[in-house]
Amino acid sequence: MEETKRRVQLSGNEAVATALRQINPDVFPAFPITPSTEIPQYFSNYVANGLVDTEFIPVESEHSSMSAAIGASAAGARSLTATSSCGLALMWEELHVAASNRLPLALALVCRALSGPININCDHSDSMGARDCGWIQIYAEDNQEAYDNMVQAYRISEHPDVRLPIMICQDGFITSHAVMDMELLPDKAVKDFVGEYEPERYLLNENGTMALGPYAITDYYMEARRAQAQGILNAKKVILDVARDFEKISGRKYGLFEEYRMEDAEFAMVLIGSAAGTAKDAVDKMRESGKKVGLIKIRVFRPFPAEELAAALSKVRGIAIMDRSESFSSNGGPIGSELTQALYHARSQAFTVNYMYGLGGRDLQVIHVEEIFEELMALAAKGDPKDSVSYRYVGLRDIADPDHKQISYLCKPENTEQA
Amino acid sequence: MDKKMTEAQKLHVKCAWQDLTEGLTITDAANSVEFETGLWTTVKPTFHPEKCKQCLLCAPACPDSCIPVKDCKRGEFDLAHCKGCGICVASCPFGAITMEVDA
Repeated sequence: MEETKRRVQLSGNEAVATALRQINPDVFPAFPITPSTEIPQYFSNYVANGLVDTEFIPVESEHSSMSAAIGASAAGARSLTATSSCGLALMWEELHVAASNRLPLALALVCRALSGPININCDHSDSMGARDCGWIQIYAEDNQEAYDNMVQAYRISEHPDVRLPIMICQDGFITSHAVMDMELLPDKAVKDFVGEYEPERYLLNENGTMALGPYAITDYYMEARRAQAQGILNAKKVILDVARDFEKISGRKYGLFEEYRMEDAEFAMVLIGSAAGTAKDAVDKMRESGKKVGLIKIRVFRPFPAEELAAALSKVRGIAIMDRSESFSSNGGPIGSELTQALYHARSQAFTVNYMYGLGGRDLQVIHVEEIFEELMALAAKGDPKDSVSYRYVGLRDIADPDHKQISYLCKPENTEQA
Repeated sequence: MDKKMTEAQKLHVKCAWQDLTEGLTITDAANSVEFETGLWTTVKPTFHPEKCKQCLLCAPACPDSCIPVKDCKRGEFDLAHCKGCGICVASCPFGAITMEVDA
């Protein structure tokens, strides 16, 4: 196999599948679901062609694929699966089992809207629905990041201080199917970086007995949850350590989030995933005309980098928090909730507006981002940005605005608001 | 923690979260005797030796092996593991076991 880095043109799915070929995991159970299907499809070709010696298990559902991945991991194997949307929803019970049993397996998630209405395109309602399952969640902006995150995944999840399952998320179709010019690391570099998996405790250990997943009564459950929380608390440092090591072999630098033109920024946008590319273009354009705007792209959502984000946003006046999933809380989306909590704890004086965008694959365009920043500036000019207490929809058709003159629409009971 | 303690013993009911094994795995085998479950019940069986004929019908009936048998004779109940099910009471033809409220 090649020993040098090489430029390739791959879809996000093929990029992740290629990372998995280089990692050569022990067990990969999978069930197809759009838009993640190509990952096991590519991978089963690698198996058929003898490029990996992974046990590939075609199963009858996602409930089974996650169960089999858990079983394999408990047995002592390095395992993973891939899924999207309703597939992840069907895994919900097992997601908790994997995390509470401290099994370091991976899930290549290609984010797609949850039903209903049934929709195969990108939003984060699947991953955000699973945000409290105890998994580490890392998101990619583009194909390169999806590949890079997959290469780093096992080093993080298998670390003795963490030992938790990890979800490597990318945006359905936008990155999973779009082909992008990117760089692959040499096979050997990935192999050496990831290393062999040598668990201390596993069910097929012939030199010892083990019981896994025992019933824990009221006397133990809280202590067990607290012990599990320690893994996610420790994960932040491990993620950064692994990123530093990864930079040495790749030259690419990763953190908990990426700050883009945030120096001297007065207004910031915070988002996750592929829309960051669009938003960066808008930021560049606005910077050219002297507007002090910047962007923060969250890479690691679990553990949530609360203090770090609040510090990075400590100088801004207004923040647009962008959510690509409705949480139907009547109080905004998941990133909105978590980030405003972080800002409150840091005694931030910035005002925030929580925007819903891109649901079910709706495009977020450069013009939308520009208009959102303009809206933030207008709110700041008013001096009392009271609208910031609610949340708004971007790019929506609204009966009160047939010509689409408005940038965004406030969500509130009996919505009659104009402008 | 005392290193001589078995893993199961470390997982006693008053242990701190830091003492738990990762993911609550248990690597000792045949350790149920180390988990004292007798506190789960509000009733306990009481043995009346004067009525006992040592027929030993009760000992195999106990689902938790709480009736020790030595030299062909049963002994006192192992109340640290008895869950108070009362099967032994039903199994005794001589009224040598009664169920009492555990004060």
